[in-house]
Amino acid sequence: MQVAEHNMDSQASSALLQQVRERFAGKILAEQSTCDGIPTVWVDRADAKALLRYLHEETTPHFEMLFDLTAIDERVRVHRDGQPASEFTVVYHLMSFSGNCDVRVKVPLQDADLQLPTVIELWPNANWYERETWDMFGIKFEGHPNLYRIVLPPTWKGHALRKEHPARATEMEPFSLSDEQEAIEQEALLFKPEEWGMKRQSDNSEFMFLNLGPNHPSVHGAFRIALQLDGEILVDAVPDIGYHHRGAEKMGERQSWHTYIPYTDRIDYLGGVMNNLPYVMAVEKMAGIEVPARAKTIRVMLAEMFRICSHLLFYGTFAQDVGQLSPIFYMFVERERIFNIIESICGARMHPGWFRIGGVAQDLPAGWDKRIKELLEFMPPRLDEYDRMVMDNGIVKRRTQGVGSYNTNEALDWGVTGAGLRATGLEWDFRKQRPYSGYENFEFDVPIAVNGDCYDRCAVRVEEMRQSLRIIKQCMENMPAGEVKSDHPLTTPPRRKEGLHDIETLINHFLSVSWGPVVPPEEVTMSIEATKGINSYYLVSDGSTTSYRTRIRTPSFAHLQMIPEISRGFMVPDLIAIIASIDFVMADVDR
Amino acid sequence: MTLEIGSALTIGLILGTVIGVAAMLIWVERRLLGFWQDRLGPNRVGPFGLFQVVADMIKIFTKEDWTPPFADKFSFVLAPAIIMTVILLSFAVVPFAPNLGIVDSNIGVLFVLAMASLGAYSVMLGGLSSDNKYALLGSLRAAAQMVSYEVFMGISLLGVVALSGSFNLREIVLAQEDMWYVLPQFVGFVIFLIAGVAESHRLPFDIPEAEQEICAGYHTEYSGMKFGMFFVGEYLGLVLISSLITVLFFGGWYGPAFLPPVFWFAIKAFAFIAFFILLRAAIPRPRYDQLMSYGWLFLLPLSLINLLVTGAIILNSQ
Repeated sequence: MQVAEHNMDSQASSALLQQVRERFAGKILAEQSTCDGIPTVWVDRADAKALLRYLHEETTPHFEMLFDLTAIDERVRVHRDGQPASEFTVVYHLMSFSGNCDVRVKVPLQDADLQLPTVIELWPNANWYERETWDMFGIKFEGHPNLYRIVLPPTWKGHALRKEHPARATEMEPFSLSDEQEAIEQEALLFKPEEWGMKRQSDNSEFMFLNLGPNHPSVHGAFRIALQLDGEILVDAVPDIGYHHRGAEKMGERQSWHTYIPYTDRIDYLGGVMNNLPYVMAVEKMAGIEVPARAKTIRVMLAEMFRICSHLLFYGTFAQDVGQLSPIFYMFVERERIFNIIESICGARMHPGWFRIGGVAQDLPAGWDKRIKELLEFMPPRLDEYDRMVMDNGIVKRRTQGVGSYNTNEALDWGVTGAGLRATGLEWDFRKQRPYSGYENFEFDVPIAVNGDCYDRCAVRVEEMRQSLRIIKQCMENMPAGEVKSDHPLTTPPRRKEGLHDIETLINHFLSVSWGPVVPPEEVTMSIEATKGINSYYLVSDGSTTSYRTRIRTPSFAHLQMIPEISRGFMVPDLIAIIASIDFVMADVDR
Repeated sequence: MTLEIGSALTIGLILGTVIGVAAMLIWVERRLLGFWQDRLGPNRVGPFGLFQVVADMIKIFTKEDWTPPFADKFSFVLAPAIIMTVILLSFAVVPFAPNLGIVDSNIGVLFVLAMASLGAYSVMLGGLSSDNKYALLGSLRAAAQMVSYEVFMGISLLGVVALSGSFNLREIVLAQEDMWYVLPQFVGFVIFLIAGVAESHRLPFDIPEAEQEICAGYHTEYSGMKFGMFFVGEYLGLVLISSLITVLFFGGWYGPAFLPPVFWFAIKAFAFIAFFILLRAAIPRPRYDQLMSYGWLFLLPLSLINLLVTGAIILNSQ
């Protein structure tokens, strides 16, 4: 099973590295090996863009997507043997869909001179990632058209993910807001169209600027879009995010490996334990923990239940946003049933934090399959009914078909993953392409659609719920016997059964529980097919009880960036349909 | 033209009943929606939650009634009063039972249409005077929608007027003693029903106040009792449209003799009210331009054809 789990097979990665070595002979500073098997190449910033362009356009396979772009503050990191001297490292994570492989490009920078060229012309979605990296680390991207803060307020002092920036309120002065400061903050919030790249008038009409959000019924959280309107036609729509930012990545640097798990639940707060999965898998990879089959299957089962819950909420709010009031109330019936099952297994409903490093918290309760059996009988006919109610409805079709469509290439350009990508006709599901946690053992189909419009995005998710039911059924019927936690010493909290018999296990238990596990120095990226697209955790350990750098790549962040692209020329009600069809939660965007 | 105005007692009775019914609809709608949506609805205050209306009233009367400093005060205050006034005035010509009604006007149908047109001012003034962009969008939409749908509304009624030979609502009811006009004028009925939903801007035609798109549309800035007047005005509109459908197409107070006529009127009107609430529970909202083109490209020709056919048949049978 371990073989099937995605490790980029060494042949493909050495073939790729060979191409890079030949073309960039003498320019590669180092090749780093990481335990996830993703080839990692260090280059100087002068060569970075050329290398990225080469990977994007010329290598076999091409790397169509800029999957992630972030940085690491390396100044206090230990255990970086073999890596070039660097105070700040910019990390480009590229993904190839044609070759089903990844590559990482790292660029070392010194604190005194934090800049490198932008890559927006290669991948348009680099725009927000570069702004975020500027916001968090103070790294400048030359040639970027609007390198403003994106997540933190414009008046923020310092760059939050630099190590010298405090992580807790107790490390800072008590917060106060004087009248002058308030006036400054208010002034900074004032909408100035020019700063957003908007003109105030065209040749024959004056535009209206409409501030949609951050508090608006249909923006699904605290999210603001500045609209430039000609009548009700959208000339431009610029998303403004950051209202839900909690510094989840910064928290990862102060919590222990174990105590960070509940924080992950709140990233995509509709995904529940599914958020735990990439995180614990990443830690397990670094620690070399092999998870027992029963734990894997429990993880899959719970994750699929949360997928259904999340999709049901999407489905209901999608219908509601095109004006259909009732479906969401019916859909909450199933959601409630599933939460009841989750509660009886985990003890909590939306954010159980149930996965542990090395397994899950506890075994399934007695009679766990009874309610699942009921759900499997209850739900399919209701799903059919929803189809008749929503998907077959003429007005829903007229409101959503042909609205907000994009094709596969555009989707890859903008970093779109998940149902939004499959709705364009690309059959690419992480669970199939790079099976994790035992997904290779399940029979299920990957639904796709062809038009890539709002209607198709919804249709794909509706079918995914049926597939998830299939997976849950297989979990129920074939639940393996055995342990739900690994015997590995870094499993947290460790199993106790040997602890009373030998001193080694007892000490291990004591340390793991009091300090938390010490994870060996490594770097790893683990991704899963989450409810909204590919969610991935990039963890850097320097051999301590906490993570040195926790990078959370969320699907929603990428998806929102595409809103202006797909909504220009449509009307305000279409924008609402587009927003609804994207299926995002702001906690997943801002982190 | 004779205008006999009913006694002050009748006026008071009808006024009280109509406003009372409109207020009760707050509870009725929430309970019915709850029933259709697999949930309970308000059931805590009093038996079956009936006193919810009282609680809502107390709340709405004691809430801060805020007029935004940037609003145009005069029209901001005037707008909600207009909608209440014109709809209540329309009830003056509605015959509820053989000897129950306020005025028997020879121009009853025209009067109702005229009042409905004035109602558009309320929504437009409310939106424009608020000086809020959402309200502005809402009132723009409302103006376009109400003006367009009034056209079909008027034309769809002409079939009934031609059949009965009168603009007097009471005479229209009397002319339906043998056969309700819903049979010969089925197309007219359907168009009037659709136009009626659009006129009272309820879902699926609540485009001027589509909350998912433009918050609350034209009444975004309203609060307290001024908002309450828009709110009750909407329910009054619902009662009015249901009453008119009953009068024009379903034989008004006519019904089997075991119940008094006014009960038959109430039962029919309530059935339509419930139908409008069901529409809200069932149907999504079309886009604003889709609604307009549906009106002008489909309903208008259809209502004209209906009128032509009706006219031809009447001429033929004379």
